[in-house]
Amino acid sequence: MNNYLIEPHAFVLGCSAIGAGTAMIAGIGPGVGQGFAAGKGAEAVGRQPEARGTIMSTMLLGAAVAETTGIYGLVIAIILLFANPLVGQVPN
Amino acid sequence: MDFGSFYIPIKIGGFTIRLTETIMDTWVVMAVLIILAVIVRIKLNKFTDVPESGFQNFIETIVESMDSFVESNMGKKYKYFGNWFFGVFAFILLSNLSGLFGFRPPTADLATTAALALTTFVLIHFMGIFTAGKGYFKGYLEPVPFLLPLNIISELATPVSLSFRLFGNILGGSIIMGLIYSLPMIVKLIPIPAVLHIYFDVFAGCLQTFIFVMLSMAFIGDKIPEEY
Repeated sequence: MNNYLIEPHAFVLGCSAIGAGTAMIAGIGPGVGQGFAAGKGAEAVGRQPEARGTIMSTMLLGAAVAETTGIYGLVIAIILLFANPLVGQVPN
Repeated sequence: MDFGSFYIPIKIGGFTIRLTETIMDTWVVMAVLIILAVIVRIKLNKFTDVPESGFQNFIETIVESMDSFVESNMGKKYKYFGNWFFGVFAFILLSNLSGLFGFRPPTADLATTAALALTTFVLIHFMGIFTAGKGYFKGYLEPVPFLLPLNIISELATPVSLSFRLFGNILGGSIIMGLIYSLPMIVKLIPIPAVLHIYFDVFAGCLQTFIFVMLSMAFIGDKIPEEY
């Protein structure tokens, strides 16, 4: 039995969980961006109600592109939780 | 990278082939699509110049709306891309909706979405070289030759962002659905999973399919010169 304060494996796993949670802070950006896009879309429909279809598809496209950075954060969080590359590097 | 899925190892000679859940679900999706296509092909013999049956009207509406969608994004000359994009659209849509029937969506695997994004990547550069010839490579030296590495990186980022967008959306949805289903029974009695299925599978699935096809069209249309 070695005299570690915390077992290295458990330490890496715990830090990975914290990292996964921290990565999801990236969700703030898409939230702000999509809200802005939706607000501008509503403004445009209010100004020009007959162009509703075009505005809608343009807004959805922009919102989905703005979402990409949030998705990157999500992918990193999922990798840290389910396919952790760091645990394998812990010396036994 | 297909998290939380199982696989069946099959040994052929010295190799071990992993038959993942994604592969089997993709076979189901392919089988459904092929059967639908065969049914439509058989019924096609009865079609008339002026639509008489509701079925013919339905099929013509789908095909024509896809064609006009491509035409509005890429121009009249490249309307034939509708054939390709309709197949991609149908495959991704059915894959995303297969979560409703208890399958693990094949698009919740980076391998599937990366393959789809790579076809778009190849098409972008094939159409660029096909339409612009040698002048295509000069585009990378603009506005100044110094920016060549940045231009190359931005071209390589296209398939990455395309594939990760679809993958992350569908995988996130299926993980949240899995967490909800692992809750105690009382949560499942009130229709929370049904509402979440409508959002994650139907809404996000349809929206992401649309986004994938539309962005592919925009990227390919970017590389071909506009005609007036």
